[in-house]
Amino acid sequence: MNPDKSSHLKELRGWPLTFLLAGVTGLSVGPFYWLVIAATRKDTEIFDWPPKLLPGGDLGDNLDRLQRRIGLLRVVGNSLLVAGVQTVGALVVALLAGYAFAKFRFRGRTLLFALLLSTLVVPEQVMLVPLFKMMTDLGLLDTYQAIILPGLCVPFAVFLMRQSLTSLPDELLDAARVDGAGELRVLWNVVVPVMRPVLAALAIFLFLGSWNQFVWPLVALRSPDMHTLPVALATLHGNQSTTDYGAILSGTALSTLPMMALFLLLQRQFISGLLAGATKG
Amino acid sequence: MTAAAEPAAPSVPLAEEARRTHRSARWRRTAVPYLLLAPALITFGVFKAYPILDSLLLSFTTGSGAATRDAGLANYRRLLDDPLFWTALRNTAEILVVQVPLMLGLALLMAAGINSVLVRWRAVWRLGVFMPAVTGLVATGVMFAFLLNTEHGAVNWLLDAVGLPAVDWLGRPFWARMSVVLVLTWHYTGYNAVIYLAGLQGIPKELYEAAMVDGAGPVRRFTAITVPALRPVLLFTVVLSTIGTLQLFDEPYVLTGGGPDNATLTVSMYLYQNGFRYFDFGYASAVAYALTLLVSVLGAVQMRLMGERGT
Repeated sequence: MNPDKSSHLKELRGWPLTFLLAGVTGLSVGPFYWLVIAATRKDTEIFDWPPKLLPGGDLGDNLDRLQRRIGLLRVVGNSLLVAGVQTVGALVVALLAGYAFAKFRFRGRTLLFALLLSTLVVPEQVMLVPLFKMMTDLGLLDTYQAIILPGLCVPFAVFLMRQSLTSLPDELLDAARVDGAGELRVLWNVVVPVMRPVLAALAIFLFLGSWNQFVWPLVALRSPDMHTLPVALATLHGNQSTTDYGAILSGTALSTLPMMALFLLLQRQFISGLLAGATKG
Repeated sequence: MTAAAEPAAPSVPLAEEARRTHRSARWRRTAVPYLLLAPALITFGVFKAYPILDSLLLSFTTGSGAATRDAGLANYRRLLDDPLFWTALRNTAEILVVQVPLMLGLALLMAAGINSVLVRWRAVWRLGVFMPAVTGLVATGVMFAFLLNTEHGAVNWLLDAVGLPAVDWLGRPFWARMSVVLVLTWHYTGYNAVIYLAGLQGIPKELYEAAMVDGAGPVRRFTAITVPALRPVLLFTVVLSTIGTLQLFDEPYVLTGGGPDNATLTVSMYLYQNGFRYFDFGYASAVAYALTLLVSVLGAVQMRLMGERGT
């Protein structure tokens, strides 16, 4: 019955669990730390034991060699371009479709929505060969379009937009309509401002997915000039004659750090975006 | 505002004008949803629906380009007799059976830990364990290819430090598969833990308080309250992880290239090899549809099993 004593006990009981979680977190974050250190070290130091625990001064050199080997700037530019266009495009497509599904009654509504969602269970690999054939026939192989176009329709994004828009009160929309606003205007002036947090979360999620996509770009891109960062890294890593660990690891760090920074900066939106992805089933 | 007002020239009687505006307003109302949907429907039709159907048709053909011809069920018959396909399937199944329960079990424990009021700095741990989920699969693969290096890798150094023998992670068939398991677990456990955490936080505290008043111990509280409340979330993660593992490609591609001796060849990698190394589109499509069948059957079975029990 001594509140002071019991809270002391509680505190003590919490410590083992706290240490355990700290250990688990260490295992989660440790590899990144190693990666960042390795990216700033010479080839010969990367495998030293005991490992170097502080960053070295070779990041510039490593990136320099990476630039000569895979055209780092161009490759990062490709990745940024693809991810940027795909994110904006998929966001617009999903917003428009989600709005239609949530706020209009029309013929075929349920069927179309079900059709869209049913493709969520189809493995991505099923589309690889037909998409490759299609892009070959259209002469789009090895172009940005080939990578960007298939990523514009993201059924889960449409689903998420519909879900969040359903809870938006109709009165808000009607008020704008009475004032004579067309639907696009209503969408832009009323829906978008209200939906900003959801749109932000979805945008981050889409960007992440696009930045990290690998199989389709691997199939659709031929020339090193067109490679995205993951494809370039995989190619460099798979090339047995290259043993330039410093360069490879600096590129790997470079591919993860923007995402890490974005995540740490916008963790709330990030997690809600990924959780939204999690409830898609 | 809109074009509808313009044709109302002075010669048109007022009633006629009103009817016209009314009709155009109705037309607008019925057309608008389809116009809004158009971008989604077009991109969906061209880049999702069509490829899915085309893949099915392709799976009944052989040859390529102008030489493509009907093959009936030949690709599927070949699949059944193809030892490499069965190897890929067995590898995928082995990774699945070890990895999914391991990961989800750990994730549940992790979530319970982070959710406990006794633990300090919970936000930090939640952030930390979630971080791997943000990393790309290629980056993860490259990173672990170095960490798991037999002679110089940090993982073996750590094993050595605690007196355990070094493991030839990427060089032995069994350990190569375990490497894939390890990497997948590292990558996705925190992500699943955060999903569970969201589920845990949705359980009303009163339920636990009432159970404690009734004299239920921690184990009983867990089985009687926590697990049933989390069932939908558990089902979701089980199905999603299963589907994801069945489609496994990036990690083994980067980590082991499918080796050693095809020990980490997965169904998806086999599909890729047939399609884009041998350009056997028909056969690759048959593998793709076998994979689809597998994914849907396993998903349906899991939903059935977990959805029905105790509801």
